[in-house]
Amino acid sequence: MSLFGTGILKGLGYTLKHFLMTYAEDLKYLGRKSGVAGTARAVRRQNPKARGLVTIEYPKEKAPMPENFRNIPFLVYDTEKKEDKCTSCGICAKVCPPQCIWIVRTEDPVTKRPIPAPKDFYIDSTICMNCGYCAEFCPFDAIKMNLDYELGYYVEDAPDGRMVLNKSMLMKPDTFHAAIHPSDWAVEVEAKAAESAKPAKGAPAAKPAAPAAAAPAAAAPKPAAPPAAKAPGAAAPPGAAKPPGAAKPPGSAAPPGARPPPGAKPPGA
Amino acid sequence: MPGGAPPGARPPGAAAPGAKPPAAKPVAAAPAPVAAPAAPKPASPVAAAPAKSAAPAKAAPAAAIVNPDLEKVRAKFGDEVIKPAAFEGIVIADLTRLIEIATWIRDALRYDMLANLTAADYPKDNVIEVVYHVQRTTGGPTLCYKARLARPKGNDPTDWVPSLVPVYPGAEFQEREAYDMYGVRFEGNPDLRRILMWEGFAGWPLRKDWKEAYFEGDTKPFESRWPGGNHKLAEDRVPWEDNLNYPAGFDPLNYKSNPDGNLYDSMQANTASLNTGMGSHGAGMSPEDFEELKRAGILDSSEMKTDQIIVNMGPQHPSTHGVLRMVVKLDGETITDLKLVLGYLHRNHEKIGERNTWLHNIPYTDRLDYITGMVNELGYVTTVEKMMGIKPTDRAEYLRVLMSEFTRVASHFWSIGFLLNDLGAFFTPALYFITERDLIVDLFEGVAGSRMMCNYMRFGGVSRDLTPAQFERARELAFERLPRAIDELEYFLSDNEIVKARSIGVGYLPANRSIAYSLTGPCLRAAGVPYDIRRAEPYSIYDRFDWDVPVLYGADVYDRYRLRIMEMRESIKILQQCLNQMEHNSKPGDIQAGKKAYNHRVPAGQAYGRVETPKGELGFYLVSDGAQNPYRYHVRSSSFINLNSLKEMTIGQKIADSVVVLGSLDIVLGEVDR
Repeated sequence: MSLFGTGILKGLGYTLKHFLMTYAEDLKYLGRKSGVAGTARAVRRQNPKARGLVTIEYPKEKAPMPENFRNIPFLVYDTEKKEDKCTSCGICAKVCPPQCIWIVRTEDPVTKRPIPAPKDFYIDSTICMNCGYCAEFCPFDAIKMNLDYELGYYVEDAPDGRMVLNKSMLMKPDTFHAAIHPSDWAVEVEAKAAESAKPAKGAPAAKPAAPAAAAPAAAAPKPAAPPAAKAPGAAAPPGAAKPPGAAKPPGSAAPPGARPPPGAKPPGA
Repeated sequence: MPGGAPPGARPPGAAAPGAKPPAAKPVAAAPAPVAAPAAPKPASPVAAAPAKSAAPAKAAPAAAIVNPDLEKVRAKFGDEVIKPAAFEGIVIADLTRLIEIATWIRDALRYDMLANLTAADYPKDNVIEVVYHVQRTTGGPTLCYKARLARPKGNDPTDWVPSLVPVYPGAEFQEREAYDMYGVRFEGNPDLRRILMWEGFAGWPLRKDWKEAYFEGDTKPFESRWPGGNHKLAEDRVPWEDNLNYPAGFDPLNYKSNPDGNLYDSMQANTASLNTGMGSHGAGMSPEDFEELKRAGILDSSEMKTDQIIVNMGPQHPSTHGVLRMVVKLDGETITDLKLVLGYLHRNHEKIGERNTWLHNIPYTDRLDYITGMVNELGYVTTVEKMMGIKPTDRAEYLRVLMSEFTRVASHFWSIGFLLNDLGAFFTPALYFITERDLIVDLFEGVAGSRMMCNYMRFGGVSRDLTPAQFERARELAFERLPRAIDELEYFLSDNEIVKARSIGVGYLPANRSIAYSLTGPCLRAAGVPYDIRRAEPYSIYDRFDWDVPVLYGADVYDRYRLRIMEMRESIKILQQCLNQMEHNSKPGDIQAGKKAYNHRVPAGQAYGRVETPKGELGFYLVSDGAQNPYRYHVRSSSFINLNSLKEMTIGQKIADSVVVLGSLDIVLGEVDR
């Protein structure tokens, strides 16, 4: 049986130590880059090895988002083939748990047969639960999750005052995807390279150099594809909105589409 | 039935439970048990069911879960009373003997705890089934028995079933929930009112013919999303034209709300017996003292005309951990009665779950107990895997254990932090521990993509592997950071005299009462019952690690606090072994057994699967009819059932202590109200 009150004193001592550590830890980094407010300091403070203060001065400094982080999805525009990656197969709409995705299919004006490109594509971002199933189960890598977490915008900027995102607001170039998801992009590029290497029949025009150059995808997201690669699949999406320029996110008038990703390099820089 | 008489009084002299429910007839008539309700091709499970002691046919992996003790029950009570059910368990045909059979199962077979009680609706067979799962606190599988009732017409409630509250007091809330959701009336339940829906609600929301507002379709995926793409927003539909049901004679324009009339009346009713002026017990004065004072003329009860008052704590109260309302009756500062008003966060999770496909439900389970998303997913995923008969890869198993145990540590940090808040140490300790928890959820964010709504587990695997950098981070946490943090926590708080004075002896509930109330999790283990599902009915790969089930015997708030610390240490042990074994015993990247699919079809059948969450037992009772969607999706939530015992823990305590007792139960309202 210890003296009454020692437990409280111990606790107070611990609190004092905790308080002093918040200064001691930061003093160690005085004059260094991770000592001033910024991403480096945020990373250093929020590390399991750090002992001091963990809070950061948001929004002045922002912690970088992990690559796997998921928020409202976006559609990927293939800048190389100049077409939507989406084929409107509808898997994302089926796997979506809150059913916030709906797709309008393009029909051939003559034959009335469906064409594998979406006429329009909607995501009701107010009920999207950010589960990431659409991106995970998309067989064409046509829909990806964004890292952007600052989603607020003025009601008057949204179409008819709602946060239902349409195709032009959702569409982003694949350079943007490559910039925010470097390792996923590397896997995609590798898979594409493997696929194009496999059917070596037909045109034996050598193009193995292109994927190899693109392997460090984080650095050079846009593979330097030979001009021959463009020829076969160059069919522009009929009836759809005109594909915008590659380097600029489409629908730039709409606020959600216009913002560059946090912490990511401007695509195509 | 004091107060709150449910709509539709008991039919006079009808002896409803005595009459054989018509539903039982097909069972008696046909040699084979009733087919899987609504199963499109019920041939295989039914064929397997009669020979249920033998190894069931391979065709129905779901039917493989059969408890051998069922034979004993059948041998004792005979085929007249006990009928085999199509899948798991037995059907008690003669409802008048339900109490007798339940008591026998409890006493002779030692199934001392009611794990789960729910109902299921089978309009095709014209049956509403009440499903009971009982378990032994010494371990082993659950035993399932069922009662069948004729499905009433329209919105009428069913016939009466004898309540199991006399056998298992923990049945009270679960019976009220079954009544609320299915209209099953339990004869003898002390407080058969609606529990999650509001008093004036008409209809039984989990019955198959009930449609919610904004109803769009019976099952997802909805047709309007693809290929048509002609979806209309929910806001554009006017819900009150054809989607809203009012009770007969209800006039919404002239309605004067008195929703709690019944509640308050029922609490007033038993005031008289306690009205001794001072509290009859627990007011710091024994009845003998009280008599003594009266004799000495110091106290005259005829002069002290004190009233007991009813106080509403919550629903918006900082110490109720969410939107929970505790209606307490106070004698001075002493609590003499307590009732809970739940359902403020009710969203009919189970109905949503029955609309969803099997895969859709995984992210929804994150939203149950949002502090422990990973473990909730594990519970759901392992139950479905049990029904599908698939096994995840080794790597996936390690990752699942890793995430579950990190979650346990995070949840206990959270719970201790907020317990200290309730004790008055406002947010200093809580923030210290939230810092540690934050490092864990940072890891989840990096691996799974979200801090709390992880959506990480898949049927047969997990969604992503750890990168080397994340693995290092996990190692740093498990070997360095978290053990140090737990040590500091203990140094910081365990000896603190204020913590001790406020928590030792408070909220006492002995082991036998805890078991009777179906209390699970750290609270049960702090009462001296070494019951942990990771040991009692092992799942995943917990048998590969060397760890203990910590037990304490104080059964009060302080021991619940200390037990959580001990449990964190055990979790750290598991984490360290897991990380070490994972490095050598599993192949990186091998995280999914079989092909990744989104349109799972689960074989017809049913299963009750459970895991040990940081709060207690989380069970999933799932019924499949072979389709893409669960036919029945029930969540046995530990937070909800642990609240059963709050009344007994708090009566006789001071009002300020009720806050602490609630904090020590560590509930999360997302799971309570579902």
